[in-house]
Amino acid sequence: MAKKEQDLQEVVEQAIAQQKVPHVKFKGINPRNIDIARLTKPSKETRQERWGKGLTALAIVLIGLLIVAIIGFVGMHGLATFFTDKVNIFQFLFSTDWNPGAGPKHVGAAAMIVTSFAVTLLAAMIATPFAIAVALFMTEYESGKRANLLQSVMELLVGIPSVVYGFLGLTVIVPAVRTIFGGTGFGILTATLILFVMVLPTITSLTVDAFKAVPKELRKSSAALGATRWQTIFHVVLRAARARIMTAIIFGMARAFGEALAVQMAIGNAVLMPYNLVSPAATLTSQLTSQMGNTVMGTLPNNALWSLALLLLIMSLVFNFLVHLIGKKS
Amino acid sequence: MTNIMEAENVKLSYGDFEALHGITLAFPAKKLTALIGPSGCGKSTFLRCLNRMNDDIDNIKISGKILLENKDIYRTHLDLVALRKKVGMVFQQPTPFPFSVFDNVAYGLRVAGVKDKDLIEQRVIESLKQAAIWEETKDSLQRNALAFSGGQQQRICIARALAVRPEVVLLDEPTSALDPISSSEIEETLMGLKKKYTFIMVTHNLQQASRVSDQVAFLMNGELIEAGSTEQMFLSPEKEITSNYLNGRFG
Ligand SMILES: Nc1ncnc2c1ncn2[C@@H]1O[C@H](COP(=O)(O)OP(=O)(O)OP(=O)(O)O)[C@@H](O)[C@H]1O
Ligand SMILES: [Mg+2]
Repeated sequence: MAKKEQDLQEVVEQAIAQQKVPHVKFKGINPRNIDIARLTKPSKETRQERWGKGLTALAIVLIGLLIVAIIGFVGMHGLATFFTDKVNIFQFLFSTDWNPGAGPKHVGAAAMIVTSFAVTLLAAMIATPFAIAVALFMTEYESGKRANLLQSVMELLVGIPSVVYGFLGLTVIVPAVRTIFGGTGFGILTATLILFVMVLPTITSLTVDAFKAVPKELRKSSAALGATRWQTIFHVVLRAARARIMTAIIFGMARAFGEALAVQMAIGNAVLMPYNLVSPAATLTSQLTSQMGNTVMGTLPNNALWSLALLLLIMSLVFNFLVHLIGKKS
Repeated sequence: MTNIMEAENVKLSYGDFEALHGITLAFPAKKLTALIGPSGCGKSTFLRCLNRMNDDIDNIKISGKILLENKDIYRTHLDLVALRKKVGMVFQQPTPFPFSVFDNVAYGLRVAGVKDKDLIEQRVIESLKQAAIWEETKDSLQRNALAFSGGQQQRICIARALAVRPEVVLLDEPTSALDPISSSEIEETLMGLKKKYTFIMVTHNLQQASRVSDQVAFLMNGELIEAGSTEQMFLSPEKEITSNYLNGRFG
């Protein structure tokens, strides 16, 4: 018997001697029958727990390494533009002169940055009212079959690959815009309309969740105070769901900002400062997808594309940060 | 003693299940009536009939009459908004809206279309005082109502119900989610308000019923077993089953 076990045995004996342990008459639970050797060993459950913890920790470490590697790789190449090729960062952010093949003086991404933000904000602005309206219909007015049908439609819309959206846009929206507004039909407006359809289901389903999270009791209290259904929705439900709706919009914006294929097919791919909504333009993503096959690794044009990728990565971090910030505040 | 509300043979079914089998009960004005009875006997169901909060439930059937100042509230063309201004309600869990104390208490007035800022402010202050929560909120009227304790929130909800100057206030176990001190504060608040308002309160706390109520109605299995003045009900109830319940022999 190990020392520890002897000590424990002694404690049991002492307790019995001092009659601290009530005298137990039942078979098997006499204090002297306690298997101290077994009690001091880790049980099967404890061992399983350790195993489980070990496995999850390993998975976390692996994923963590992967993330660090991705950020490190994009960062390294993206920053090479500024450190190796000596491009001025302010020039990169604010100049509209984009021709990296012509040297470090011609690496200005402003036109793409503005275009990316323009399509993102416009798509979110158009989609949000529709999303709120559809979500209200699904949660406040209709909760049976028709709401479920709408839900399925929304899920279907999320699942359609973006190349299909792009193809549809190319075939339907481009000619329509060309006919109505003239020009080529490619541009911010066309991209916005495609993105609107793409982010609508994202924003809608998160907004539905937002409304469902508003306690029923608040609606009842409002009704009990003489508010009409519309007043309840407007003053209580929308207000209580405000933070979550903001989160929904940001998730939608993140999707729009990062969408590449569908945008590339509709925007015209000309790196120009957009002076109206129907002239060809380029976003950060569309420039990346259309140019990445045309540059040689390690050259300035290639590094410049990595800088665009870095910018996209930073923006996605910003969107995430905003979501966290809103979550904390409410 | 005039009755402000009267229920006549009120029956209610949820689908095929009849939850109320014909309840006839009068509520004297400016008194507190306690509705007591075992869990599931239909107290909340009955209470909700009194301001038509059951209307939205699917497959519900209600018959009988409920008179408010001698007019049936289930008549066609009744103005629900007007009814709920007259018959307010406070729920079991405090349900403050997620905005400031002031906006909470002003809510009923604002949705009723009151625009006069001075009137709203005056009513808010008055109501907070009536609900005995003024001292705790007067320096933080713009603070989010959710930032207060459960008991304070419940009194804010009472103030919110009082702000539209209802005739009757319905309370469904208003203290069951609160600690004993907050509960007794709410009780005191109600005692103080009895001169001005009629209260109808569901409670599981028999001592509370004996302390604050003027009239007690005992319900069981969707039936009104007995109703009478609090004193008479607790000291010499007519039915044995009432006496058994009040003495804690079942329930
Ligand atoms: N929305 C509903 N749909 C169907 N049945 C219901 C509904 N609400 C209540 N009931 C049923 O009606 C009966 C009375 O319920 P009620 O909530 O009025 O009881 P209660 O006396 O308030 O109980 P408690 O003291 O537990 O709150 C119960 O049998 C309950 O299951
Ligand atoms: Mg109840």
